[in-house]
Amino acid sequence: MRKAAGATETAPKVVTTLSGIPVEPAYGPEHLAGFDPSRDLGEPGEFPYTRGIHRTMYRGKLWTMRQFAGFATAEETNARYHYLLEQGQTGLSVAFDLPTLMGFDSDHPAAAGEVGKCGVAICSLEDMETLFRGIPLGEVSVSMTINSPAPVIWAMYLAVAEQQGVEWARLNGTLQNDILKEYIAQKEYIFPPRPSMRLVTDVIEFATRHVPKFNPISISGYHIREAGSTAVQELAFTLRDGIEYVEWAVRRGMGVDEFAPRLSFFFNAHNDFFEEIAKYRAARRMWARIMRDRFGARNERSMKLRFHAQTAGCSLTWQQPYNNVVRTTLQALAAVLGGCQSLHTNSLDEAYALPSEHAVTLALRTQQVIAYESGVTATPDPLGGSYYLEWLTVQMERGAEDYIRRIDEMGGMIPAIEQNYPQREIAQASYAYQRAVEAGERIVVGVNAFQSDHDAPIEILQIDETAARKQRERLAALRRRRSSTRVQAALDAVRRAAEGRENTMPYLLDAVRSYATLGEICDALRGVFGTYQEPNVL
Amino acid sequence: MERPIRVLVAKPGLDGHDRGVKIIARALRDAGMEVIYTGLRQTPEMIVNAALQEDVQVIGLSILSGAHNAIVPRVMQLLKEKGAEDVLVIVGGIIPDEDAEQLKQLGVAAVFQPGASLQEIVNFIRSSVKQAVSGP
Repeated sequence: MRKAAGATETAPKVVTTLSGIPVEPAYGPEHLAGFDPSRDLGEPGEFPYTRGIHRTMYRGKLWTMRQFAGFATAEETNARYHYLLEQGQTGLSVAFDLPTLMGFDSDHPAAAGEVGKCGVAICSLEDMETLFRGIPLGEVSVSMTINSPAPVIWAMYLAVAEQQGVEWARLNGTLQNDILKEYIAQKEYIFPPRPSMRLVTDVIEFATRHVPKFNPISISGYHIREAGSTAVQELAFTLRDGIEYVEWAVRRGMGVDEFAPRLSFFFNAHNDFFEEIAKYRAARRMWARIMRDRFGARNERSMKLRFHAQTAGCSLTWQQPYNNVVRTTLQALAAVLGGCQSLHTNSLDEAYALPSEHAVTLALRTQQVIAYESGVTATPDPLGGSYYLEWLTVQMERGAEDYIRRIDEMGGMIPAIEQNYPQREIAQASYAYQRAVEAGERIVVGVNAFQSDHDAPIEILQIDETAARKQRERLAALRRRRSSTRVQAALDAVRRAAEGRENTMPYLLDAVRSYATLGEICDALRGVFGTYQEPNVL
Repeated sequence: MERPIRVLVAKPGLDGHDRGVKIIARALRDAGMEVIYTGLRQTPEMIVNAALQEDVQVIGLSILSGAHNAIVPRVMQLLKEKGAEDVLVIVGGIIPDEDAEQLKQLGVAAVFQPGASLQEIVNFIRSSVKQAVSGP
């Protein structure tokens, strides 16, 4: 066994958090000067919600166990959903493949080699019908990770609900629909920022009027963190994105308390245990104050930050993959102690491929062990009042407030993105972290320390080209079968709506009901809005 | 003075996860190489054209999405058609062992899987390019 460069016989000396915040040898009351528990903490379920958004937290209701899943075609993914629900999962979460995320049909040249690989391929309403076959949408909440084409995919979902005879008012679920973090981090964008923001706002407005229990957006720090940001940057950029969405919706003429209760958030659960818990607590406190003081919200529900958490994909290692179970357990525990409303735990094989059924079952069991065996659900915010945690929560908050102020000074998130500001901050943090790993200053067990020569072999889910072929055949059959006159008329109407100022959702609904494909509808929108290419800066 | 090694770093396919490609580009630059980064969503045609225009000795491809078996063979074929087989091609990303072997048979010089160190990649490029220059 080799040791890390610089590691001594004793445990490595941790002097900063994973995000680089210096940590003192011990914490006491002197570190909480100016901290007022009644103002800064409150009771669980009370403003500013630092201790959680519910008085009883998990005693009242456990978090939703929601494993992100999707691969190959709608048929295979539908079978996986039935399996997960049988195993005790309590909500669904759809992963789409890259062509779908980019608004291309499976038969587009750019889709070559990518169909069904990173998620499920969805080209038309027909695929969406298959995806949810036998799943009662009035009872199961469904989260969909889709951004640039979100309004189109959501229209397909609403159309499936209609077919199942489920009223839209009964639908529960979440659409990711967070385009700003795409420009900042994940880079799955189609249109330029401003028309994209108009589409996001169309969805928020339509949900508020017609699908009131559905979360029309999940404002996401997860991908920002995966791109290499620090915890403070994740917190800051996510909340500043949230401010941007609220401003756009208010400018559209909606009252803040009409739509804000349905804004939801999505954070990463990374390795540094206390830093992550501090991040979630700071997020709730900051959002409550932003909504009350910056936007004048009156409704308590507008001030309560609800969030989904996912354990950190970027922390998983290819070496010694079984270690990933342990990492995921610690990260999931941080999310639970931080008061998440729903949780995805990564599978041990995800540094290799999409998870196998065996691996995803173990990941779900991890949540069930935390929920039913560990006892951490007995009382809300059990770590509240810890000198270290309260101090760290304040550090998170101050660091994030500085970033938000800087972005405000730039004129908001869109000018900041256009100046490459958040992208550059993240790239710098990510490079600094990698250098520290390279130098042995940060230990990654099994990678730069404690290596072994023979890593345990694991079973890997393989997706071959059969799925792509099947998908292209289905699509060709659909194109022959449907009424092209009706499709053309619906696409023309989408184009006119996009050129004007009306909400595009009703037109997108008509288009998907005519079985116009995702690629055709996105092409119509590309024709009006153009496409975006980011400046090539390192 | 010795001319610095010229490397084109590219991210083909639809995936936008560019953390890895940006780290590699910076590390190669810090190691004294001339780095040209193509940006996202480059087709094999765009990559090979850029490599010829920029007269690079090395092409580095970052692929995480599983599309490597569709993309890399096309890059290798285009290089051959243009008589540029001497350009060193390396691939980094989530590439299963058996696929890595196949890519090497097509002429890919090295495949770097998750956890590969930056120094290892820098050293590989330096020694391979030196060998090619002073070769028979």
